[in-house]
Amino acid sequence: MASLRYEIRISASADAVWDIVKDPVSLPNWFPGIVAAVVEGSIRTVTLNTGVTMPEELLTIDSLQRRIAYRITAPAYHSHLGTIDVIDLGERDSLCVYSTTAEPDVLALLVGGATAGALDSIKHLAEG
Amino acid sequence: MVGRKILFVTTDQQRYDTLGANGGLIARTPTFDRLAAEGYRYERCQPASVVCMPSRASMLTGQFPSTHGAWMNGVPLAVDAPSIAAHLHDAGYATALIGKAHFEPFLDPFGRFSENALAALGIPTVESPWFDGRRGVHRGFDHLEFATHGVLGPLHYARWMRERHPEALSGFYNVVDHDLNVNAEGGGDTNAPQVAINPVPREWYHTEWVADRTIAWLDSRPEVGDWFCWMSFPDPHHPWDPPASERSRVAWREVPLPENYPRRAAERERVIDQKARHWRAWYDGRVVSNYEAPAKWVPATLTADQVREVNALNAVEVELIDEALGRVLRAIEARGWGEDVDVVFTTDHGEFQGDYGLLFKGPYHVDALLRLPLVWRPARSTLPTASVISAPVSLVSLAATFAQIAGAPAPNWTEGSPLPVNDDDASRRGFARTVTEWDSALFGVDVHVRTLLSGEYLYTEYQPGTMHDGSEGELYVLADDPLQRINRYTDPSLSAVRVALHDELRAHELRDVRRAVPGRLVAPV
Repeated sequence: MASLRYEIRISASADAVWDIVKDPVSLPNWFPGIVAAVVEGSIRTVTLNTGVTMPEELLTIDSLQRRIAYRITAPAYHSHLGTIDVIDLGERDSLCVYSTTAEPDVLALLVGGATAGALDSIKHLAEG
Repeated sequence: MVGRKILFVTTDQQRYDTLGANGGLIARTPTFDRLAAEGYRYERCQPASVVCMPSRASMLTGQFPSTHGAWMNGVPLAVDAPSIAAHLHDAGYATALIGKAHFEPFLDPFGRFSENALAALGIPTVESPWFDGRRGVHRGFDHLEFATHGVLGPLHYARWMRERHPEALSGFYNVVDHDLNVNAEGGGDTNAPQVAINPVPREWYHTEWVADRTIAWLDSRPEVGDWFCWMSFPDPHHPWDPPASERSRVAWREVPLPENYPRRAAERERVIDQKARHWRAWYDGRVVSNYEAPAKWVPATLTADQVREVNALNAVEVELIDEALGRVLRAIEARGWGEDVDVVFTTDHGEFQGDYGLLFKGPYHVDALLRLPLVWRPARSTLPTASVISAPVSLVSLAATFAQIAGAPAPNWTEGSPLPVNDDDASRRGFARTVTEWDSALFGVDVHVRTLLSGEYLYTEYQPGTMHDGSEGELYVLADDPLQRINRYTDPSLSAVRVALHDELRAHELRDVRRAVPGRLVAPV
């Protein structure tokens, strides 16, 4: 089991950052390599740039804590937990943290590495 | 002279002593040997890193990893990093890279990286930002066609195999296992890791494909006009699965064991125990510090017969490369360019191939991984005087060398000077030492190594990390100990030498250079 965490400081309010990430179908706007996201109930299916589709289970979308938790349920993953936290640091100052815990370890790095790019996109969108 | 055409030939993970002109006795390499006899053969060429991505980035940028920012495998080189291909493109050169690039990660399920994306789209290049603020062809290459060590993934060779020869796919070794780790599964006659008997016909193997596609690109060039072609063979990097039809070239049972393979386990362990602690930890299977060796393989289990079989297959792959290179050179002659082409041949890093009882590579800075083949055969029209250069040189000199060959201005971002053409030239221009860097941080294990090669010494410092506390090092006196078996780091009689070498490494760390922000680790490789 491997666990990785990436974070980015954003010059925008936590509410503004949360508005970008909270919608579970918004991934194509800010997650590099994801071209589509469809949600039915608690199941989200994302389509990657490579044409691969990946099923996920949405566990938490908590606007009070500004926290998202989900898990990838594709067979290649023995286990997975992804979380996004948006932390209020001030009027126009926030921290966005994207964590990935998964087995096999290599898949944690592959997904976790992509979340680093997602944080860059979120920052770009939030800061205009 | 406006410039000369440049054929830059690289292999992957090839030791210095695998080639005939360098003293190799197993593989027959007449093409390489002829180039060496006609040009400049370097006896002490060192990479800036002993793994693929940082080393290849150093060839392209002329910078050390701590400058260009691609500090370990899995960290992409910034798309707007300096590039000698862009520099030559500006000088009017047509530019191509055919074969293994690996400036960006291979494992890329999201399809985020340009190398994978343009291969998937089947287009020759994409527009990308350049280091000077302009936009242009990707990293300065007009034409890109990629291959790697097998038939998985989105790259051009794998796609070609899947489309044209799907019946041959299953013969290739699966380089990764079900958990996407480097595969430890054994094969061949000795059950050696990363070995397979591959029934693929020779003409479909990636070595032939790289030569075929290079010739096709050269055939597309007009008669007049300069070009820079980086022909990059994925072999002899593991897996060792050359076409089965070629295995009989080298009978593995007759391959001598390497001089640096201690026959008895106790002797191997005695030698390894003199080195920094991560050597023994890897040998015993307790730690794999990175993705460069199979996580589930224990080096202590390596047998003498496995070493023989791996080295035989390595030699087969080296011979196929040599013959493919010969085919490309004949195509160049046929175009009438034979007098006008500079050929530079090297690799990105070495391979243990049984030294100390080890295979593969990692943070182990000894000749097996550090000493590389390098030959520069200048265009025959320049009437070069053949020479053998014993002074230390580095792959960071390649970019400046290519600019010089092209008659282009010297790039102001390279850290290397053009290669010396003989030892007098080397002495005059201060080629006295080279540095190799290693940094890795993966799944809770980080290792940081700096090594300096001078004419007399090979000196390594281990910086603090999870494996080392900053007190360990290695010091080898090359004249007395060419196999680097006697670590004299704590030898009081060499304390002054050690201080001087430390100061030189410190100067490297503190050098005044504009450094890129270190890239993020986003993939295993």
